[in-house]
Amino acid sequence: MECREKIMTAMQIIFGITAAVMVGSAIMVVTTKNLIHAALWLIVTLFGAAVLFATLNAGFIAVIQVVVYIGAIAILFIFAIMLTRREKGDTGPGLNRGWWLSAVIAVVVFGGLTWLLQGWDGLSKAAPALGPSFDSVGLLAETLVSPEAFVLPFEVASVLLLAALVGAVYIAFQRKGEE
Amino acid sequence: MDSFFSNPVTDWLSGVFTGWGMNPDAAHVLTAFIAILLLITVVMVLDIFLVWTERKIVARFQDRIGPNRLGPFGLIQPFADIIKLIIKENIYPKGVDKIVYNLAPVIMMMSVLLLWAVFPLSPILFGVDLNVGVLYLIGVGSLGTLSIIMAGWSSNNKYALLGAFRQVAVMISYEIPMVVALLIPTILSGSMGINDIVWAQDVWYIVLVPLGFILFLISATAELGRAPFDLTEAESELIAGHHIEYSGMKFGLFYASELLHTFTFGGFIAAFFFGGWRGPGAETYPILGLFYFLIKATIGYWLFGWIKYTLPRIRIDKMMDLNWKFLVPFSFALLVFVALTNALLADFVGSWIYWVGMLLSNLLFGWVTMEILRRRARGEREKVEGVQPVAEGGH
Repeated sequence: MECREKIMTAMQIIFGITAAVMVGSAIMVVTTKNLIHAALWLIVTLFGAAVLFATLNAGFIAVIQVVVYIGAIAILFIFAIMLTRREKGDTGPGLNRGWWLSAVIAVVVFGGLTWLLQGWDGLSKAAPALGPSFDSVGLLAETLVSPEAFVLPFEVASVLLLAALVGAVYIAFQRKGEE
Repeated sequence: MDSFFSNPVTDWLSGVFTGWGMNPDAAHVLTAFIAILLLITVVMVLDIFLVWTERKIVARFQDRIGPNRLGPFGLIQPFADIIKLIIKENIYPKGVDKIVYNLAPVIMMMSVLLLWAVFPLSPILFGVDLNVGVLYLIGVGSLGTLSIIMAGWSSNNKYALLGAFRQVAVMISYEIPMVVALLIPTILSGSMGINDIVWAQDVWYIVLVPLGFILFLISATAELGRAPFDLTEAESELIAGHHIEYSGMKFGLFYASELLHTFTFGGFIAAFFFGGWRGPGAETYPILGLFYFLIKATIGYWLFGWIKYTLPRIRIDKMMDLNWKFLVPFSFALLVFVALTNALLADFVGSWIYWVGMLLSNLLFGWVTMEILRRRARGEREKVEGVQPVAEGGH
């Protein structure tokens, strides 16, 4: 039991560092004036989320977080910024008039979540130790395709993505005789 | 994560540390740190010799001798290169974004070294046996893309930026056939862990799914950015692409990480398709496994060198055509086909019927693909040739 508590504190230290880095970089995302720097700070934040997933024994989701969010979405962000901004040292006012409103909303959401989760015992519980034979990927896969679990939402999401894909092709498609 | 470098040597080492009165957890962490440090040192020293190997290989392919002045066979040449790179002046071109500019080569090297965490060197010698090792490979690869974008953008140079644009286009496109190619060993072995894939290869997967191997080889070459897919640094068009403004050891890091990345992918080819560390006696004497694995990885490295110095660079639009019009549909069809054959032959797993069935069905699939391609090519040719006489006759 003593060993368990030690692991708990080690996990808490890792969580604390990760959370601090995430919050700091998230603030940098919205306050930095250079758009590319903002995108790079966003990558730090997303990476922090991957670290959190990894500490929660969700290795698959952690890796997917890196592949999808950093490998595709963030890089496309940077790509779009580089293509659309002409000047490299692109600086302008980073805040608009409504900045205080979003700050208020952020504080209210944070306060509300803290208040809601106050009585929840999951915060102080240690994650169950999983043996080496625990097949999290296999369990996730079975959950996604089993009719009792999430097969319907999974398929609906697939169809939605397919529709988006077809729509993107339709918009980008250049018909013959059209310049 | 408890398995990080857990083998007799590290167990003994952490036993020594606990014997000195150290806390067991702290001893474990310290041992892991020492192991990581040792691994990275060995890998970086290996990298120095890769420079020499690369120069020797390219020299042989171009009918030259290569470095032969310093030391036996020119073996000391890379050290001279390193001294030269280190004592070079630290130059910042005008208008660079200093932090991002300095961070890019570091992240580039990091993205390669991170791959070694899942590198299965021998049955007991590996960093960590992630159960999502295959996906980890892809995720770390995206960090490499990121570093190229950072280098291209922060250099304040048009050519560097163009190189970065191309690299992003290539990486995002070729990631798809690569993931699918990696799913084929996953289907055959029933696991995404690289070590499990090696354990499952009683028969090397290159024999069972030669098409999957070719698919992985092509997409890995694109991912590595080596010829014929080295459009990101195409010397004749972009001078050097994303690392054009780098000099000294910062350029050295890009160069070294490219070579090490290639060697690492040679190792992954060995792990996924050539049975990894497996060979006669490797399970009883793990050190033999290390030996086999390094030999196979070197062969994979040489394969990439062979491709690089034999084939000319292809144009970016042709490269995109190859990916989106051929490799992506081909890879999906192959994936479905392999999964179906694997399920049909499931009763015979482990017997020669399974092996021969998989091989023959793969060859059949390859033959049908070639036939379809040939027919399409004939159609295209006829279209072109059919137009010409009309143009000639139309005075």
